[in-house]
Amino acid sequence: MSVAPPLLAVEGLTKSYGGIHAVRGVSFSLQAGEILALIGPNGAGKSTCFDMLNGQNKPDSGDVRLRGEEITGRKPREVWRLGVGRTFQITATFATMTVRENVQVALISHGKQLFNLFGSAPKFDRGEAGRLLELVGMGGYADRPCGELAYGDLKRLELAVALANQPKLLLMDEPTAGMAPRERVDLMRLTARIAREKSIGVLFTEHDMDVVFEHADRIIVLNRGTLIAEGSPAEVRGNPQVQAVYLGEGLVYDARHREGAST
Amino acid sequence: MAFYVVQFLTGLASAASLFLVASGLSIIFGVTRIVNFAHGAFYMIGAYVAFTLTERLSGAFGFWGSIVLAALAVALIGVIVEMVLLRRIYHAPELFQLLATFGLTLMVEDLVVLIWGPDDLVGRRAPGFKGAIDFFGQNIPSYDLFLIVLGPVVLGILWLLFQRTRWGVLVRAATQDRDMVAALGVNQKWLFTSVFAVGVFLAALGGALQIPRDAVHHAMDLRIIVEVFVVVVIGGLGSIVGAFVAAVLVSELNAFGILIFPKISIILVFLVMAVVLIVRPWGLFGKPEAAARKTPGLTVNPWRPLTSNERLASLAALAIAATLPLFAGNYALTVGSEIAIFVIFAVSLHFLMSVGGLASFGHAAYFGLGAYGIAFLAKMAGLPMIVCLLLGPLLGCLGAAVFGFFAVQLSGVYFAMLTLAFAQIVWSIAFQWVNVTGGDNGILGLWPSSWAASPSHFYWLALGVAALVTIALRAMVFSPFGYALRATRDSVLRSEAIGINAKRIQWTAFVIAGTTAGIGGALFAYLKGSVFPDNLGISLSVDALVMVLLGGVETVSGAVIGAIVYKALNIWLVSQTDLSKLVLGGFIMLIVVVFPKGIVGMLEMLAQRRRKSSPPGSPLLAKPIESAE
Repeated sequence: MSVAPPLLAVEGLTKSYGGIHAVRGVSFSLQAGEILALIGPNGAGKSTCFDMLNGQNKPDSGDVRLRGEEITGRKPREVWRLGVGRTFQITATFATMTVRENVQVALISHGKQLFNLFGSAPKFDRGEAGRLLELVGMGGYADRPCGELAYGDLKRLELAVALANQPKLLLMDEPTAGMAPRERVDLMRLTARIAREKSIGVLFTEHDMDVVFEHADRIIVLNRGTLIAEGSPAEVRGNPQVQAVYLGEGLVYDARHREGAST
Repeated sequence: MAFYVVQFLTGLASAASLFLVASGLSIIFGVTRIVNFAHGAFYMIGAYVAFTLTERLSGAFGFWGSIVLAALAVALIGVIVEMVLLRRIYHAPELFQLLATFGLTLMVEDLVVLIWGPDDLVGRRAPGFKGAIDFFGQNIPSYDLFLIVLGPVVLGILWLLFQRTRWGVLVRAATQDRDMVAALGVNQKWLFTSVFAVGVFLAALGGALQIPRDAVHHAMDLRIIVEVFVVVVIGGLGSIVGAFVAAVLVSELNAFGILIFPKISIILVFLVMAVVLIVRPWGLFGKPEAAARKTPGLTVNPWRPLTSNERLASLAALAIAATLPLFAGNYALTVGSEIAIFVIFAVSLHFLMSVGGLASFGHAAYFGLGAYGIAFLAKMAGLPMIVCLLLGPLLGCLGAAVFGFFAVQLSGVYFAMLTLAFAQIVWSIAFQWVNVTGGDNGILGLWPSSWAASPSHFYWLALGVAALVTIALRAMVFSPFGYALRATRDSVLRSEAIGINAKRIQWTAFVIAGTTAGIGGALFAYLKGSVFPDNLGISLSVDALVMVLLGGVETVSGAVIGAIVYKALNIWLVSQTDLSKLVLGGFIMLIVVVFPKGIVGMLEMLAQRRRKSSPPGSPLLAKPIESAE
């Protein structure tokens, strides 16, 4: 009997910086169309974990598989070509180019036209660029220089750029950081809708618990580099260990104490 | 054996001055991020002022007092320059400060001749250090021994200054993160001025201390500035200890290079610099730099292809330029050809610098390689002109492919320095490989074929090629490749995250720019009828930078205007006045302060302002448009 491998399978991911174990033996998986939240307090290793998924950072050990294919330690641009889009905690966009041009660059790359010296880029896939921008609600901003955008709009632009190669998997590092509460809800609803429609798997990190519990299908919790809980929002919410290290601020000291005793 | 020891000590003595100047440059760069091209000029003024003072003031105290007094006086000049000039342009686009300080250097070169005359001046010997010491039959000037001791002493004083004083702590903090220091309430204006003053003081002291060893002359600034760049890069930008070690290393390489490898003595230091940059770009004692914070709200007009009206206007301008032979004489046509060639050169650098964000300090290398390519093909292979013109630039292409591969591994100021090192390597080869290149005598007698021999024909050829090159490069800006290149300039992180191999894109751009520069160089060889090492020298590289910045680095094709204005002005000034550098330098500084966006950038800004005043395209109106769609 052959079971299709999960969209993303992470096995025993480990990374240390000097003596600091940023990520220790983290394993989880993600199905197509599923929205998985990775949460944990500051310094839990979320970003390190994230960076190792798309090759921004190399793990010391462990492996990452995309639909069964090993992608551990591949370069970000190679991982992207396999259908993994990503947004950054601090937005990374092309500041001197217009909003549309930002999307067009991604489309050019997707169409493997990067070394086309004499074609017309302003006309390149203009329709598709427009559609992507409409999709994220940025259609009216297409001709604006990207450097002028408000932060929330940059986040939406990043999402459009990440969608340009019709990804199978979206990695979103704190997608709603720096946004107004209303914008957060809008963006996550949008993301969820796109994920369902196109059957894209989404992994995101987030500090805003309202966003997490409302939109995630499943949640994994990281603390000091180790995975301490996994389950549906309700399960995670009820997990006493999670409450101790993460939600119950007053109990944090106690929890650390206990963990220290057990090791 | 004794001979080698003496040679070693001479090297150490030379290192002292070099260290003083380099540490000053390093400190200034660390805090203000200004690559102070005028640092050599301050060194030179220090020497001249010290010469005058030592002539006036007598006695031992007079001499030593004069040295210190000269350095203080020049530091005061530095303070004035910082307050009047640099303060206005700290927020200008990167490298604009380089342009301003280059303008200052030009002015100083003429001013020095105006005040002290063109002849070499031989200064007094230092009281107490007039003799030489016998070392197993070899003579060591006792002044050299004094300098050998002085270097480490100054290093120690600087170390104490930086470790033990409040000012030193601020300087070190600002070197790491000047935005943070400003946010902590430190008066940045004062800090920058004082740092600049100290840096200039060190440069001037270095110059003043040289007068008992070397004659004072008006070209000593350029000679030292290149060496100082090398020292600072090898040692690590912002590191004082690094500057000391590298100064010793470079001086010893110079001292022994001549003995051991006389054929490649000049190349040696640049080879070391290139290797250091490739292996350890932040220098032997520097620290890898954290990415600089990008200024938010970067105001760049979105680039767009020309409208049909603008296209017509450009064609009309070209057509008018093409009528020049109908009414102008041969001299004007030769000047016109030269300007057209420099347009080619400037747009090639502009493509790399503005579109790719890679400011090359050694772009002349590829221009010169194109010229030498012609010389080899025409003189040695005896090929006809048309074949030479097609094949000659390939040498530029080849050079760019090899050097560019290494250069694009770096970015920012390290990229600039590595391209400078490569250009100096090529220059050294042209200079020292006399059998092949003719060395300083160059290669003469390159004449165009009869179809291009007359000034009007050659002018049309140069103009046509310049127009084609400009159009082709402009088309590339708006090609998919051009977008990818701009993407790597704006954010390497994002580029790599959407599948772009940033280094390969940049490398390709480097090769395109190098080949294009080679085309310019090839035409230049035929225009002049000869090729010299100067065709790939540092001053030509700086000319290209000036032309690009003058036109406007944030524009699509500003370099065309920059090249025309700069070259025309340059040629006209040289014919009109002996003080052309003074006027040109002043003009450059004026442009930098008054029009920091360059000539074309300023015109665009005015045009945009006029457009904005009619229908306000304010961000507030964008929302309704969005919902309407």
